[in-house]
Amino acid sequence: MYNFEYHKAKTIADASAMITQKSEAKLVAGGMTLIPTLKLRLAKPSDLVDLNGLPELKGIKREGSAVVIGAMTRHVEVAESAEVQKAIPALAHLASHIGDPAVRNRGTLGGSISNNDPVADYPAAVVALNATVITNKRKIAADAFFKGMFETALEPGEIVTAVSFPMPEKAAYMKFPNPASRYAIVGVFVAKHKDGVRVAVTGAGPCVFRQKDMEAALAKNFSADAIKSIAQKQDGLNGDIHASPEYRAHLVGVMARRAVAAAG
Amino acid sequence: MPNVTMTVNGKKMSGNVEPRTLLVQFLRETLGLTGTHVGCDTSQCGCCVVHVNGDGIKSCTILAVQCDGADVKTIEGVANGDELHPMQAAFREHHGLQCGYCTPGMVMSALDLVKHNKNPSEPQIREWLEGNLCRCTGYHNIVKAIKAGAEAMAKARP
Ligand SMILES: Cc1cc2nc3c(=O)[nH]c(=O)nc-3n(C[C@H](O)[C@H](O)[C@H](O)COP(=O)(O)OP(=O)(O)OC[C@H]3O[C@@H](n4cnc5c(N)ncnc54)[C@H](O)[C@@H]3O)c2cc1C
Ligand code: FES
Ligand code: FES
Repeated sequence: MYNFEYHKAKTIADASAMITQKSEAKLVAGGMTLIPTLKLRLAKPSDLVDLNGLPELKGIKREGSAVVIGAMTRHVEVAESAEVQKAIPALAHLASHIGDPAVRNRGTLGGSISNNDPVADYPAAVVALNATVITNKRKIAADAFFKGMFETALEPGEIVTAVSFPMPEKAAYMKFPNPASRYAIVGVFVAKHKDGVRVAVTGAGPCVFRQKDMEAALAKNFSADAIKSIAQKQDGLNGDIHASPEYRAHLVGVMARRAVAAAG
Repeated sequence: MPNVTMTVNGKKMSGNVEPRTLLVQFLRETLGLTGTHVGCDTSQCGCCVVHVNGDGIKSCTILAVQCDGADVKTIEGVANGDELHPMQAAFREHHGLQCGYCTPGMVMSALDLVKHNKNPSEPQIREWLEGNLCRCTGYHNIVKAIKAGAEAMAKARP
């Protein structure tokens, strides 16, 4: 790991100022992605600005018909939250299957979505639940937040402070995990809202995407049978030693049908 | 170099570290607590699991400076003097180790599991060990040891 200067942020404004002033500065949240990246010398930040210790970025609260989760809320806290389990059980279930217990004891919601790993779980929940990403500067709709592989709408100096998840009528997330890392080879989050159905796919492509053919079919008839004949196109899907694009396309259908069945 | 102070196994410990020093390096190299192992250094194997403020975490994936002021527990702080902790005794009794490299992390993860679930079932133990790799045992005796250790802990303080 290259050396860097370390700062513990005292306020959100302080953290934002530090990463804006120094172009090579980086935020650290749970460090579960960033520290392995630094060890591999894939990044060489001049400064690390630690968001741990800002209580205003933590916590889970119900606001009307949405659950608002602070960016620094760890995966274990979402998984074990009685509020999340009651309001959006699919989200608690998703969080409880990220990585392993030690990763869930450190990794955060804000870190996961800001990193936007193509195989991460949370982006599927944010998109399918039509969540709003709240930053220190503005509110960003889920559909506008995830831009491409490891790319988001966040601007320099912008910090995710919370995510607001509207409660769906029903929802479920099904993941076909990579047996070594537990990241998604394919994960599908299906959510039925008052005004339609959203189907978000992670792991399969370079960035989370919506499966709109399935959304249309499920809006008419919310059953696994309704999407039986919808084939996911292979074009542009990921292919690696774990799974070919063809296999991933097949898994999108299987995981989507299982998610619909699990949502009930 | 930043100075860090943390409580390690009940004792206040300080040292100077570079910002990039990992907690596991501080524990092993500065404090000489070599019970915590580095198996992979890539956040996968769990040999380096210690408790920070009560949570099982991978000490190869957190900076020592981030633990300034924290309460840290390593495998060296688990036994009560010469008397093994019930979880350690269960690993010995059930032959839950062969080379022993993964064992400190296994025991620290097992204790974290019991914190979340006093009476874990065999499948729950296997799922919990997702982040702890063992190259020797095939896990079977580790799972038996953790089950017995959790039961012994429940009996010890009902
Ligand atoms: C062994 C292992 C297994 C894993 N398995 C899975 C899995 O199955 N599924 C899964 O989804 N993930 C998995 N992960 C990743 C894990 O969920 C990480 O916690 C997550 O991707 C990053 O979150 P973090 O809080 O650790 O962020 P960090 O690593 O601290 O930061 C990641 C990036 O986000 C930026 N950042 C962090 N917080 C903010 C913020 N509030 N605003 C703006 N930018 C920010 C940082 O600058 C950095 O660039 C795994 C990780 C490990 C080590
Ligand atoms: S050495 Fe930390 S997880 Fe392997
Ligand atoms: S006992 Fe040898 S690695 Fe587990």
